[in-house]
Amino acid sequence: MLKLPVFMDYHSTTPVDPRVLETMLPYFSEKFGNAASKNHSFGWDAEDAVAKSREQIARLISCNTKEIVFTSGATESNNLSLKGVAGMYREKGNHIITAVTEHKAILDTAKRLEKEGFEVTYLPVGTDGLIDLEALKSAITDQTILISIMLANNEIGVIQPVAEIGKIAKEKGIIFHCDAAQGVGKIPVNVDEMGIDLMSFSAHKIYGPKGVGGLYVRRKNPRVRLLAMMDGMRSGTLNVPSIVGLGEACAICEADMEEENLRLTKMRDKLQDHIMNALDEVYLNGHPEKRLAQNLNISFAYVEGESLMMGLKEIALSSGSACTTATLEPSYVLRALGVGSDLAHSSLRFGLGRFTTDEEIDYVGKRVVEAVNRLREMSPLYEMAKEGIDLKSVQWTEH
Amino acid sequence: MAYSDKVIDHYSNPRNMGSLDKKDKDVGTGIVGAPECGDVMKLQLKISGGVIEDARFKTFGCGSAIASSSLATEWVKGKTVDEAFQIKNTEIVNELNLPPVKIHCSVLAEDAIKAAISDYKKKNET
Repeated sequence: MLKLPVFMDYHSTTPVDPRVLETMLPYFSEKFGNAASKNHSFGWDAEDAVAKSREQIARLISCNTKEIVFTSGATESNNLSLKGVAGMYREKGNHIITAVTEHKAILDTAKRLEKEGFEVTYLPVGTDGLIDLEALKSAITDQTILISIMLANNEIGVIQPVAEIGKIAKEKGIIFHCDAAQGVGKIPVNVDEMGIDLMSFSAHKIYGPKGVGGLYVRRKNPRVRLLAMMDGMRSGTLNVPSIVGLGEACAICEADMEEENLRLTKMRDKLQDHIMNALDEVYLNGHPEKRLAQNLNISFAYVEGESLMMGLKEIALSSGSACTTATLEPSYVLRALGVGSDLAHSSLRFGLGRFTTDEEIDYVGKRVVEAVNRLREMSPLYEMAKEGIDLKSVQWTEH
Repeated sequence: MAYSDKVIDHYSNPRNMGSLDKKDKDVGTGIVGAPECGDVMKLQLKISGGVIEDARFKTFGCGSAIASSSLATEWVKGKTVDEAFQIKNTEIVNELNLPPVKIHCSVLAEDAIKAAISDYKKKNET
């Protein structure tokens, strides 16, 4: 039985996997100890649980257990990385390289560092959403101390060539930070093979609890140091239940990744085919292959995204239209791909996940086609296009 | 963001959605907005003896834009051209309970009425 509403916004967050929740629960009640209590079994139990979580995470990303710092999530990890490297290596240089399609958590921090005197290069992306490695190489100067590029994009799911970026960074002796909030647990990650020195991730994107995540900090070749963090420690009592949840979430991802990716790819492609076959003038945003199995981002010409979501209110989705925000600017990620503002306003992001069913895929596909057709009947742009009017040649009244 | 019941009603049951013959000299057509901004409204008025006999709209835009133009067609019908020209966007804001970020939708609707009237007048100058 199909249950409404349908959640198809898994890039924003995910429900806690029941298996994850089960492992967490004892640490709220009978095993409530402080992991820093060294003199009794309550403390030892908590410490053991944290150690196990470290091992689970370390296995998933192929690092050493000592290289993990627990944080409140990827946003904090991104902040610690950028500000920490900037502060620690300022003597070495003042140049940072990132990309225009990074998450706001990176871009806002980079903007802040610019105010403090750092130079930041924002690499452009191609129409497929990928950065150009040659452009990265030529952006490097003798002042470059940090490259920060995400693993997978939160809007279009595009997967950057992280291993190649890591190799370039290594050759030049530059620290490489990777925001992997959308990648860890979904695609294989090996920090050594990918040349990653710092990596941010969140539990709630991979069926773990909200408010916990981690930062991988390389300890060897080279040892990365961050200002404001003493010996890789973060202040505060460890949030043991959440840390347990993060570890278990990683372990499940590691075990199920291959099977889950096959299943989700099949479902995602089915949804994509259904929509593309039923409607004309719909456009896939981002690279057709180098993207997460969970992601589908499509622009529906002549239909505005927010009104489309209003017509699909029993389905939780996300749109590149920013009609609700104060700026009224559509998605900066889609704009960076060269998608016109009109099509950026017309985009929907479908985020599939572990609990998405075939029934939901069929339902969403059918409802999207209905809603788009209804709004196109209502759209003056669709009418004009059908009359053969070139919309680009029309003198619009800007407002 | 939660929509008001009136916006949802107009979105779900748009009034006077469609087109009139733009070549008819009794029909004034106003098209305002731009695709890049995420809103385009087309409002058409059929005018006879200085009175608006019929109105139609088509809108590309968010739910509030659709509701604003749907409401505008309801309001102008039966009004004289001069009366329709007096409709203010603030009246649309009040009727639909539009939040501040959606006020531009009501402005567009007011502009669309004025643009349609001016198109009619231009057609019938001679």
